[in-house]
Parts: sequence; structure tokens; C-alpha cells
Amino acid sequence: MSTLQQRQQARQLRHRLLLSAPAMAMLGVFLLVPLGIMLLVSVLQGGDYGGVKWGEYSFEAYVSFFYERDLDDSLVFNTDYLQIFQRSLWLSVLTTAGCLLIGFPTALYLALQDEKRRNLLLFLVTVPFWTNLLVRVYAWILLLRNGGLVDSGLGLFGFDGSLGILYSDAAVIVGLLYSFLPFMVLPIYTSLEKLDWRLVEAAFDLGANRRKALQRVIVPLAMPGIVAGTLLVFIPSLGNYIIPELLGGGKSLMIGNLIQLQFGTAHNWPLGAALAFVLLALVLLAMLSYNLRFRQPAMEGHA
Amino acid sequence: MNRRNPLWRFTGVRPTAWLFFAFLYVPIVVLVALSFNGGQSATLWNGFSLKWYAAVANDPEIVRAAKNSLIVASLATLIATILATLAALGMHGRTFRGQTLMGGVLGLPLLIPEIVTAVATLMFFSFIGLKLSLFTILIAHVVFCIPFAYLPIRARLQGMDPRLAEAAADLYASPWRAFWRVDFPLLLPGILSGAMLAFIISMDDFVITYFVAGAGATTLPVYIFSAIRMGISPKINAISSIILLISILFVALSYYVGQRRR
Amino acid sequence: MTLRRTPLALSLLLSLGLSATAHAAGTLHFANWSDYYPPELLKKFEADTGIKASLDAYDSNETLLAKLKAGGGSYDVVVPSDSFIEIMVADGLLQKFDKSKLPNLKNLKANFQDLRFDPDHDYSAPYLWGTTGYSYDSAKVPGGVLEESWKPFFEPPAELKGQVVALNSIEDLYIPAALYLGVDRCTEDPKEAKKIQDLLLKQKPMLAMYNSDGTIERMAAGEVVMHQQWNGAFHRAHEQRDSLVYVYPKEGVHVFIDNFAIPKDAANVEEAHVFINWMLQPENIAAASNFAKYNNAVEGSENFMDKALFDDPAINTPQDKLDRLRPFQLCSPKALNLRTKVWTKLKK
Repeated sequence: MSTLQQRQQARQLRHRLLLSAPAMAMLGVFLLVPLGIMLLVSVLQGGDYGGVKWGEYSFEAYVSFFYERDLDDSLVFNTDYLQIFQRSLWLSVLTTAGCLLIGFPTALYLALQDEKRRNLLLFLVTVPFWTNLLVRVYAWILLLRNGGLVDSGLGLFGFDGSLGILYSDAAVIVGLLYSFLPFMVLPIYTSLEKLDWRLVEAAFDLGANRRKALQRVIVPLAMPGIVAGTLLVFIPSLGNYIIPELLGGGKSLMIGNLIQLQFGTAHNWPLGAALAFVLLALVLLAMLSYNLRFRQPAMEGHA
Repeated sequence: MNRRNPLWRFTGVRPTAWLFFAFLYVPIVVLVALSFNGGQSATLWNGFSLKWYAAVANDPEIVRAAKNSLIVASLATLIATILATLAALGMHGRTFRGQTLMGGVLGLPLLIPEIVTAVATLMFFSFIGLKLSLFTILIAHVVFCIPFAYLPIRARLQGMDPRLAEAAADLYASPWRAFWRVDFPLLLPGILSGAMLAFIISMDDFVITYFVAGAGATTLPVYIFSAIRMGISPKINAISSIILLISILFVALSYYVGQRRR
Repeated sequence: MTLRRTPLALSLLLSLGLSATAHAAGTLHFANWSDYYPPELLKKFEADTGIKASLDAYDSNETLLAKLKAGGGSYDVVVPSDSFIEIMVADGLLQKFDKSKLPNLKNLKANFQDLRFDPDHDYSAPYLWGTTGYSYDSAKVPGGVLEESWKPFFEPPAELKGQVVALNSIEDLYIPAALYLGVDRCTEDPKEAKKIQDLLLKQKPMLAMYNSDGTIERMAAGEVVMHQQWNGAFHRAHEQRDSLVYVYPKEGVHVFIDNFAIPKDAANVEEAHVFINWMLQPENIAAASNFAKYNNAVEGSENFMDKALFDDPAINTPQDKLDRLRPFQLCSPKALNLRTKVWTKLKK
């Protein structure tokens, strides 16, 4: 490799770093520094009614994630938080899978339209979300409740009786799907939109059946979009608490509620911060293992 | 490009898409219908009335909150999308040391529960003595909008040849022009998707906004969540319907302008 | 009567006098729950005093406290509930009133003159107050009438399974459970807390849900039969459904009082005093009551309150039930920690 080439490459790299710099600076100052403060909060002694006592360190918060003090003040293993984490994880997995199932064909359909129609439909995917989350959830309550609009609708088709899914996990899934679908559809669409359809036609000409064309050409192309969409659906739904509260009947806590609780009624900021970092560690661990397995960084693909 | 392609033969694609749009719009129809409710309640029908629109018109706080929301969401979307586009371009191409870490930082706002970001950001602002206002809301919104704009753009870039722009840079004298002529049109669907996701995320945020809002900087979600204690009234549906109308006008206008240009 | 009227007329004069000076200085940032303060009343305040007022929103006492603790909030007047006044005072988050600017504090009813969380009104003045009892639909319960006790709520008859809703907050559930069991609500004894936990766990399968919002609609529509409810919400539901009944359980019912207070870093302290004083006039506070459907603490406001509201025993507690009202009590961090534990176990 010549020095000229090396110099050119170095220049290019500098150029690219410069392009990323504004976003990195923004996140560095207004996210990483505040998170540093939070990390400190998680190892401080909590104040009596919220806040922290500066200068008094304690690892109580991390200990209490796994252990609780029994009546005689001895530490016993505590599964409460783990159970809450597990339930949230499961709901998020279901939501992500559902979004993928509905979102992929929809994105394919969008990508197949001519340009004018495509952009219009794209807007139509997001227009409902200009309204507020709470009113959307209230509309769902109206639809799903006993004798509600879904029941009446089913009645028209001759189904009698009631679906009865409001205030159950099924309603939570419906609500989460509704909230997160655009976050799956749009990224997949952006990946598919650049697909050269002649390739697909060629595949058909060569006698490939639909499944093979899908498997060999379309899905690989959509993969970056699927990964991006999965991240945008899975992680935010993990921390969501409003939908489970309102549509699920509030009978069980989610990670989001649990952390919210610590900064609110429980007045336990260190535990709230610690829970957030445990969650962060878990998600990062999951991504790391995904990377090792598939040899492609989840956040960053090699070009 | 031939759009009458064999993919139409894939069964289920078109019905799923129609089902998707029905799923998306049924609650919206319900929501708008209820804004004309004569009764007090957001879930019980009680005859037709326009009184909630009058109530919106007579409540300066809710109108101001809606304005604040639209201002913050538009600006945050604009800034976050520009930052995310630049970052996506910078991250595209031959891998370098620290790239994965940088990618992680770009996605980090997704990973932190809202309440934690909210309290942390407020503590930081008060440490550095930044006075809370609409501006502090904007900063916080840009931060959490970045990954929503970044990931679709990044997905769009993946699989594209990084040398495209470089080659173009050789042909045209300035790389800036190369960007506008070559990269930007190619990236546009990604940028558009990213911007739209950032916008709706910003429009809906409540927890972070509440914490970093200064006096007089209440946004619509903060107003609405605060109304829960007294019970959500159809006034909220009315203001939502008005915003919906604005968005539809906006879409129609851009569609019309797009056609004129052709 | 004359005795009461004199300070009133005097204070009116005083506030008029104040308003003359207030014309020069200008703004007030008032933060409250949305729809808990009538927009027209704020306009009237602006007209009366010349102060330009804006209304900001927050969703709960907890988030307000967290925000003030983290160093935020440039509000001039906020409306925290009783327990939070005491915490905020202890943490130095509130300003001491200049009582020479609040002559209307005299208008407070006798039983609101001396409140436990702020005995001399050094930091707070009551806005509206209410009770957290429960309501039921007399047309749908067995026998048409239930015992005036927490028993039907915590241990509902089998017919009501899935027809009962509890409020979704620790405090709203833990306190009545403690009252029902005769346990100290601020107990630091895990064994006592366990009793409460057992009661709540036993109640859980009987409940349709835990939910603090939409309580009015659910009762008005007859979606459920029994609902733990704030009295103001009950009043609204009752307007739409005659057969509803509000219960003051004999074991005691929790009273909450929301209060005006001035945060430490308020910018417009002068205007804040003018506003609080103005709100303590019977006519103005009555307008707030009529709007929010909760009772207030100002003597003479009854002359301006809607008759239907004032005559509702759920709003204006009858004399013979006054002894059932239990004011707030701030518990030690250790006791609150036990509460959180019970809540987490209940919902794990």
C-alpha cells in the first residue's frame, strides 16, 4: 500500500469522524454526562424522601436487586425483581414478533407502490401518531371493553358474546403492537425500497419459486431494516409502562413501572438508578451475544 | 422501474397491508367521533355536540400546550435528523476502531428508561445552572430523537457502496454538490422515515418533557397526563382531532406540491 | 355573622389595595393538575389584579417532588397535597409565607386553621380537599345496601368477583387496609405489614383491576359495581347514575388536602402572595369548587357554591360522620419502605 493511499485513507477517516462529531458531541454532553451523574446516584445512600445524600456511598441498591432483608435482618434471595424483568422481557418479545409479522408484508407492499403513492402511504402510517398516546389508548378501551365496539362489530358477523380481552395481557399486546408498528414498518420499508426488482424478476425467470425469491433476495436486503426495526420496537417496549397499566388492569408491574416507582412513591432514587443500569447491562449483554453469534454488530453493520 | 412485477403473486401481502391500515385507523375514527360527544366522558357517548371544540378555543393553556408541542417536535425533528444523517454517513464505510462503541452511543437513548433520563438530565441542567425553558425541552428531545432518526437512515445506507459519494466527488469538484446530487436522493426515503419517527416520538413524550420544562413551557402530553387525575374529557379528543386535521392538511399540501413539481 | 364579615370586607379592601401595586409587577407561573382549576377564574384573576398568569401542568405529587428535588421548576405557586408539604418543608423546598400579605388566611374554617402538616400555615394554604372512600351501585349489590365499612371493599361478597376496582397507588390502598385491620398505618413492624399484604393479596383475585383514572366513566356506565373513589369523582359519576352510593367506612376514611405553596426558587414571590390571598376569598375559591367538584376550606364559600354540590353528603361531610375522617400522617422512611415492599410483592 502506498503512502499516498494511506494518507488518503487517513483523510477519509478524519472526514467521517467529523461527520459523526455533532451527534456524538450532543449525546456526549447531554446524555453521557447526566448518565454519569446517575451512575453516581446508584451508589449513594438514598435521602429520606427521595434524592440522595451526597458523599455517603452504599451498594445497597445493587444488593437489593437480588437479595432482600428478611424479618431477622438476614439477606435472602429475592426473585421479585427478576420476575418483573422476565415478564417485561416476554411481553417485548411477543410485541416485536407481532410487529415483524404484520410489519414486514406491509413494508413490502409500500415498497411496491409507485413513488407518489408510496410517499402518501408512508405519511398515512405516521399520521395517527400525531394524536396523543392517552387518547389512542382510551379509544382502544372503548373498542375492547365488554359490549364495546369490537364486540358489536363481531355481532354483525354473527358472532355472539364477548371477546372479553380488556384488562388482560392480550389487550396489552394489542396496545403495544398498535404503538410500535410504525417503528418496524418504516425501517424495513427504507431497506426494501432500494431493491432492484429486476433482480427478483430474474430470479423468477431462472425458475425460483416465491419462497426462494423471498429467502434469497428480499429478506437479505430487508435485513438491515429488520434489525433497526427490532431495536426500535423491542427496547422501548421493554420500558413501556403506560399501556400495561391502562389496558392490562395494573395487576402486575413492568420494568418501567418498577423504576418509575423508585423515583416516585418509593423515594428510592439509588434503587431506581441501579435498576436502570442492570437493565442496560442485560440488553447490552444480549446484543453482544447476538453479535458474537452472527458476527455482525447489531447497531453497526459492516458495509 | 417496472412495478408490475411478479411479487404481486405473493399471497397475503396486500390483505395484510389493508388490515394494517384498518388496525391503524379504526381507533382514530373512534377518537375523532368522541370529540363530538355531548357528554363529559371520553368513553361514553352522549349525543352530538361541538361544545368541546368551544372548550378548546376558550382554554388558552391547552392551545399554548399544543403550540409548544408542535414547535418542539418540529425543531427537534429537524435538528435530530440532520445530526443523525451526518452521523450515519460518517459511520458508513470501512470499519474503524471504536466504531461499534460510537454506534452504541448513538443508540443509547433508547436503552435508558425515560424517568432515569429525565431525572439525570434535570440534575445536570441544574448543576450547570441552565434555566429551564422551552429550550431545555428542545435539547432533551434532540437527544432522545437521535436514535429514531439514525437507525432507519443507517439501515438505508447498509448495502450501499460507500464509494458512490467518493467517486462522485472526483467527477464534480465539490463533495458538497456530490452529496446533494448523489447521496441525498438515495438516502431520502431513509431520512424521511427517520424524521417521521423522530417527530411522533417527540410529540408523545411526557416524562422527560415534564422534568426539563420551565414555567410556561407545558407541552400537550404533559397537559394531558396531568388531566388524568380529574378524568380525561373529550376536550383532549377535540384538540387531538385538530392536530390530526393539521397533519392531514400538511400531508395533502406536500402531496399537491409534489405533483406540481412533476 | 358580622364578626365574620368584617375581616372579609377588610381583606377585600386589602387585596384591592395590593392589586394596585401589582399592576406594575407582572407575571405569575402557577402549576397545578390540568382541569383542576377553571380557566375562567385565571382570567378573572388577571382582570382583578393586572397580573399576567400562566398555568402549567404536572401529573402527580411524586413527580413534582422529584422535579423540585432535582433542582427544577421555576413555578411561583404549586399545589402539593398534605404529606408532600411536610416533606418539602423538611427538605427546604418551600418558602415561608409573608403572612402580612395573606390577611385572608383568617377566612379559613375553624377545622382548617390548625393543620398537622403545617400548624401555623407558615408554608401552605388549603386549596381543595376530599376523601378517598368507595362507592357502589345500589341497584346491583346483593340486598341493595352495603355495610358502611371497608369490609365489603376488601372482602367483597362472591357475587361481586371481577366487579370491584381499586385505585392504583400504594398510599390509596395501604392506608384503608391499615384502618380496616386496625394496624398503625405507619407501622415499622414487618409482621404488621405482612397482615396488610395478606389482606391485599386476598382481595386481588376479586378485583377487576387497579386503576386510578376513568373512575367516573366506569361507575357511570355501570361497567363495574364497586369502585374505590375520590369523593369529587363520585359526585360526577352520581350526576349520571342515580343508584350510586358513596361510603364513609366506619373504620375511618383518608382525607387529602391540596395546598397552595411557594417553591424556594420562585421568581415572582410578591405575585404569588397576591394570588394565594385572592384565592382565599369565598367567591373565588367557590368557583374552583364548582369547577373541580371538591369542597374547600373557606368560610362563607357555601354562599357561592352550586347547591347540588354543597348538598351532596359525599362532598360536604355530614356532622355525624366527621369523626370518621382521618387526616394525613407522614410516616418514617422505614415505614414507607415497608409499604413499597408490600406493593412490589402484590404486583410482582
